[in-house]
Amino acid sequence: MQSVLRIILVMLASSALPVSAAPASATSMGPDDAQHLLGRAGFGARPADLAGFARLSREAAIEQLLTEVRAEPATPAPVELSDYLPPSRLRALSDAERKETQVRSAQALRAWWLAAMLGAATPAEQLRERMTLFWHNHFVSSLQKVKSAKLMLDQNRLLRHHALGHFGELLHAVGKDPAMVVYLDSATNRKGNPNENFAREVMELFTLGEGHYAEQDVKEAARAFTGWSIEPDTGEFRWRPFAHDNGSKTVLGVSGNLDGDAVLDILLAQPQTAEFLVRKLWREFVSLTPDEGETRRIARRFRDSGYDMRVALREIFGSRGFWAAENRLALVKSPVDWVLGTLNSLEVEAPEPQHLAVALRQLGQDLFAPPNVKGWPGGETWINSSTLLQRKQLAERLLRREGRMGLREVVFDPAYQLK
Amino acid sequence: MKRREFLNCIGGAGLLALAPNLAAAVGSTPYQRLLILVELKGGNDGLNTVVPYADPNYHALRPRIGIKREDVLPISGQLGFHPSLQALLPLWQAKELAVVQGVGYPDPNLSHFRSIEIWDTASKSDEYLQQGWLARSFARTPPPAAFAADAVVVGSQDMGPLVGGRRVVALSNPEQFSRLARLAEGGGAMGGGPLAHIQRVEADIRQAAAKLATSGPAFAFTTEFPQGGFGATVRTACQVLGAGVEIAVLRLTLSGFDTHQNQPGAHGNLLGQLAEGLAALRSALIELKLWERTLVMTYAEFGRRPRENQSNGTDHGTANVHFALGGAVRGGVYGESPNLARLDASGNMSFNVDYRRLYATVLERWWRLDSREALGSGFAPLDFLA
Repeated sequence: MQSVLRIILVMLASSALPVSAAPASATSMGPDDAQHLLGRAGFGARPADLAGFARLSREAAIEQLLTEVRAEPATPAPVELSDYLPPSRLRALSDAERKETQVRSAQALRAWWLAAMLGAATPAEQLRERMTLFWHNHFVSSLQKVKSAKLMLDQNRLLRHHALGHFGELLHAVGKDPAMVVYLDSATNRKGNPNENFAREVMELFTLGEGHYAEQDVKEAARAFTGWSIEPDTGEFRWRPFAHDNGSKTVLGVSGNLDGDAVLDILLAQPQTAEFLVRKLWREFVSLTPDEGETRRIARRFRDSGYDMRVALREIFGSRGFWAAENRLALVKSPVDWVLGTLNSLEVEAPEPQHLAVALRQLGQDLFAPPNVKGWPGGETWINSSTLLQRKQLAERLLRREGRMGLREVVFDPAYQLK
Repeated sequence: MKRREFLNCIGGAGLLALAPNLAAAVGSTPYQRLLILVELKGGNDGLNTVVPYADPNYHALRPRIGIKREDVLPISGQLGFHPSLQALLPLWQAKELAVVQGVGYPDPNLSHFRSIEIWDTASKSDEYLQQGWLARSFARTPPPAAFAADAVVVGSQDMGPLVGGRRVVALSNPEQFSRLARLAEGGGAMGGGPLAHIQRVEADIRQAAAKLATSGPAFAFTTEFPQGGFGATVRTACQVLGAGVEIAVLRLTLSGFDTHQNQPGAHGNLLGQLAEGLAALRSALIELKLWERTLVMTYAEFGRRPRENQSNGTDHGTANVHFALGGAVRGGVYGESPNLARLDASGNMSFNVDYRRLYATVLERWWRLDSREALGSGFAPLDFLA
């Protein structure tokens, strides 16, 4: 624990608050708890936020985190991403032009999101960014396949709009999101020639989890999703009634002339869906081993609330497990956690966002390009000899640039990789 | 000795007698023999690498970019090397080069990204695995702790078949790695959980760096390494081995094989780099007296479509040709040439050798390990190892 204390000491050096490792009191939770909460709910606390939150009770701090904030970041989206470049126009370009266009738009896209994360002015805005990232790793799509920065930008806006809203609404919207329609092949899912990609992943990865549906459910659901497509020239969602299979289908015991929205409602009605989500949130915010009793309790409240994300997060942040001593420093920082956390908590001046995007790719978290539909596996897989050395190299560069090599001991402590 | 223990011993011996490959492994550690994987990133055009020059279908499918009959370097009445593979002919003649044809997998995926992930993790087409096939093998049967690392990756930052493995070191040159390793200072009491993982990785870095730095003076090769990126990659790999560093796997990468447009010049150049790099690798390993215990194998995400496209190039395909070379390799042609008269709905060839059989050959025949845990069952090794 010594190393943790040292980090806190460093970060409180600029604040007026007396340093204390005292346990939380009813009125103020103190710096240890504030550090824990802001490190998990955001990307590392700025000293001023840390000092402010340390004075709050845990309950008040959680409410402050969950206050409404605007969905759009202060950073405007790059103008070069306002136009959709249809495949026909992309094909007309020369190889070099096409490559240049794609590289440039991907850079602008990544820089925009990083600027939004860096510009999150309060812990509540940081939570909005973190939840947007959580959904990016849940409803995975990738530039590698979608090949349109504009569509990926639109998807990001959708995710951030619903980031702390209602999961059911988000699920319905994601199913018709053009980037998702491309990524999981809904556009080629037609009557008589179904493509099961979306139907399978929506059950396995987005709602129920493996083992709670049968192959036949996937097949039938794929038929229900036929007709969800995009307009190639505009990149907008398009319902194609003639591609839709109007026959009867049976999904998880419910029969009828089901369409895609009806199947999503069937999935949302399963208790497994709430439990699957809560388990994933637990792994994101608390520990890698979800407490089954707590999962079921929180999942029930989450489902009863109509899948209100604020209800789920309030329960998770307020749970005994979240504050338990054995769950402190129990999660490995992702590259985004590590980079943004270092810039925020040590008040290091941020490099250009496009440089940060390159650094994140080298550290193993290339935004808008998760490795596959399952997303980044996270946890200990973030750290291998190559990525660990790169974290340290980057830390040295950042500190040297500011002439603050005195902090080297802090960022080189093995525990600095944890949150 | 208790009766039951005695019976167990008998039982064990009986099992070993039934499995001579496994019996041979008893008493000797696997991974004493080196595997060097060479990734041909982007999807090499196997048909223009080992050319079925006698097949009229080949010339019909590739009127512009096909290799002319008179230009191929024949290795049989049916097949010939691309003219840029001249440097591989001595290996072929020495019977140290196996050509494996028709390598692929069922329900092929034509995305670079997804298909290389399938190859790296040895998964089925619709299965998502987190760990590379070599990392899985190392997790089950770890290489000796005294090795500098389990594997060294040169010429790429991504871990490929080693993803999810622990003792894997990526380096562009040995000196740079040793310089960087000072950043892994370690120290402090050993923790549990994720802290222990980080401390172990730091210790692994220090061990690899220490061995790289102290394993004797640099070896003075008489081999001349080719100019260019792949030549430098091969030189770095040989420097590591020349310093006496013990590892189980080296993974090298040569990029640029995604030849959708104006393929002939670019592809010839890449194959030239590959052939000269591999020839230099062989010569350097002979100097180090390692050639007899080294297996070099190529792989790629997919091959390319038989019919040339409108831009003098080729699009993403399926079945492909791969090379295996080494002092212990039985040279020759393995697998069958895909039938160019019977292409699938997307105009691609069908495979006849599942790519996991290459891995099974490495695990079973090279390292004498049971391949079933890492690969699943049903992948028979090929016979290209003596």
